[in-house]
Amino acid sequence: MKTLYDKIWDAHVVVPETDAPAIIYIDLHLIHEVTTPQAFAGLKERGLKVRRTDKTVGTMDHSIPTSSRSLTGFDEMAAKQVQALAANCAEFGVPLYDLNSTRQGIVHVIGPELGLTQPGRTIVCGDSHTSTHGAFGALAHGIGTSEVEMVLATQCLLQRKSKNFRVKFDGRLQPGVTAKDMILALIAKIGTGGGTGHVFEFTGSTVRALDMDARMTICNMSIEGGARAGLVAPDDTTFQYVAGREFAPREAAWEQALARWKKLPSDDDAYFDQSVTIDGSSLEPMITYGTNPGMAIPLTARVPQPATREDAEALRYMALEPGQPMLGHPVDVVFIGSCTNSRLSDLRSAARILRGLKVNPRVRMLVVPGSYEVKRQAEAEGLDRVFRDAGAEWREAGCSMCIAMNGDSVPTGKTSVSTSNRNFEGRQGRGARTLLASPLTAAASAVEGRVADPRRYEGVA
Amino acid sequence: MKISSLIAVVSQENIDTDQIIPARFLKVTDKVGIGQHLFEDRPEFQVTKGPEILVAGNNFGCGSSREHAVWALKDFGFKAVISTSFADIFRQNSLKNGLLPVVVDSTIHALLKPGMRATVDLAAQALSIDNGPTVTFPIDSFSKTCILEGLDEIGYVLKHDDVISAYENANP
Repeated sequence: MKTLYDKIWDAHVVVPETDAPAIIYIDLHLIHEVTTPQAFAGLKERGLKVRRTDKTVGTMDHSIPTSSRSLTGFDEMAAKQVQALAANCAEFGVPLYDLNSTRQGIVHVIGPELGLTQPGRTIVCGDSHTSTHGAFGALAHGIGTSEVEMVLATQCLLQRKSKNFRVKFDGRLQPGVTAKDMILALIAKIGTGGGTGHVFEFTGSTVRALDMDARMTICNMSIEGGARAGLVAPDDTTFQYVAGREFAPREAAWEQALARWKKLPSDDDAYFDQSVTIDGSSLEPMITYGTNPGMAIPLTARVPQPATREDAEALRYMALEPGQPMLGHPVDVVFIGSCTNSRLSDLRSAARILRGLKVNPRVRMLVVPGSYEVKRQAEAEGLDRVFRDAGAEWREAGCSMCIAMNGDSVPTGKTSVSTSNRNFEGRQGRGARTLLASPLTAAASAVEGRVADPRRYEGVA
Repeated sequence: MKISSLIAVVSQENIDTDQIIPARFLKVTDKVGIGQHLFEDRPEFQVTKGPEILVAGNNFGCGSSREHAVWALKDFGFKAVISTSFADIFRQNSLKNGLLPVVVDSTIHALLKPGMRATVDLAAQALSIDNGPTVTFPIDSFSKTCILEGLDEIGYVLKHDDVISAYENANP
């Protein structure tokens, strides 16, 4: 009578919860340049080592250039931060996939890609989108820098158990509707604080039918619904994805792991503190119109009347009028990338629309693969040619315009359709206006220079 | 720990950590002076130095896990934040830095206006509004002890080193 979350939690309790929080063991700690320098400084002050360098992996993604792999002439502070990570990893013996590594990429793209992300594991990273790894039935969530320091020093976290929240999607998705639309529909329904204090478990036939890239997109944005973690129970789709990857177990160890993983799914009568059900077959492509990811509507809908002062302020910031249709709204920038939608299948979706077409001259389009490996595979299929021929920029792997720390940004007052995860004020650059959508919708909008419906394109509808 | 001060009020709901400290200020490798960029892109919030208690709208601190948001609030001079709810990661980060996340109901929240004074008493878990009511607020008992007694959480976990090693041996 346990949920998937209960089972992973129970298997990782080092010291049970009393008046003090439980001490929970962490199987994998992913680190990057932005949220670790102060944690390593703390370790040095205390004279501590990294307890398990074999369970810690570093990469560079947030503040790095995507125009080239060289830091020469790049933002001095960002370069210094990147170099600090390299120095810290060298000093403490932590493996690092740096800008010259073929394993480099957005931390939440490379974990799964390398087979580090496995069902049943506890995974943390100083980044709120660590929830992505929950797609494998791993308990994964973001932590702050103080917690990064704790995990480096002890391989453990102090935690109180969260509640269980079941999100069920049933039915078959219509053509042109994707995982991104599912998660935006959920957040629109429950709000950005709807999952606070809970862990989501995504269930139902719609979720079962999704491939791993799509499941990652959904779990990735759990945090935008307020839940630190989101989970999908592992199944054959999961096992097939993990099998044979670089750090995946092999031979006898694989068989043992598989036997363990098959016991992870929630029991039939497991208790959930909250539940919500969404009809997957009735979903439409979604798009945001406001300044948080909960302010999302079907692409064909009109901007709602503001219900609160915040809503009105959001519309003013976005330069949108109540009652205005989203379709046809002018677009200046299109960004395909981020830990939400920068995997091979996302790039294939966008390329399916763009093949043989041109990006509208009013639009700057940036395509940023999630990892070196995604870039390599995309180029092997000729996707880079599709994007370049259409007039889009094809970049090196990184977080890029999702967080706009590295110079890739949307100019003030300009509107972007972005496949990333946050439309907060200024997220993509000071004064930038972000419309979150799927790679299909983003690509169609790039072609038309306006918010466009991908279902009008051949091969989609 | 008792904080008696004027309050600053930012009444908007769902203020995310990108608003508290924009990403372009995350390129630092220390915490020094980070408070100068607090709410830098939201001048309309009119948050000025002086008050040690910030009153914020529901679901404060949602979004990015950046602890820089808490460091910026602390460095600016805030010692407590009052809201009707906090995002999970922000609340954790606050407690680990001794910035008190004080949760009150919407009735009490509505009483808190700019220019008023209030007192947050951690030991008593009480919020007193000057010339107004006194209410209690919940806080994690362990975090409360850590803050009041200056207990170090990493030190606490390190004391369990043998139990952690035993777990590691049993789960290779």
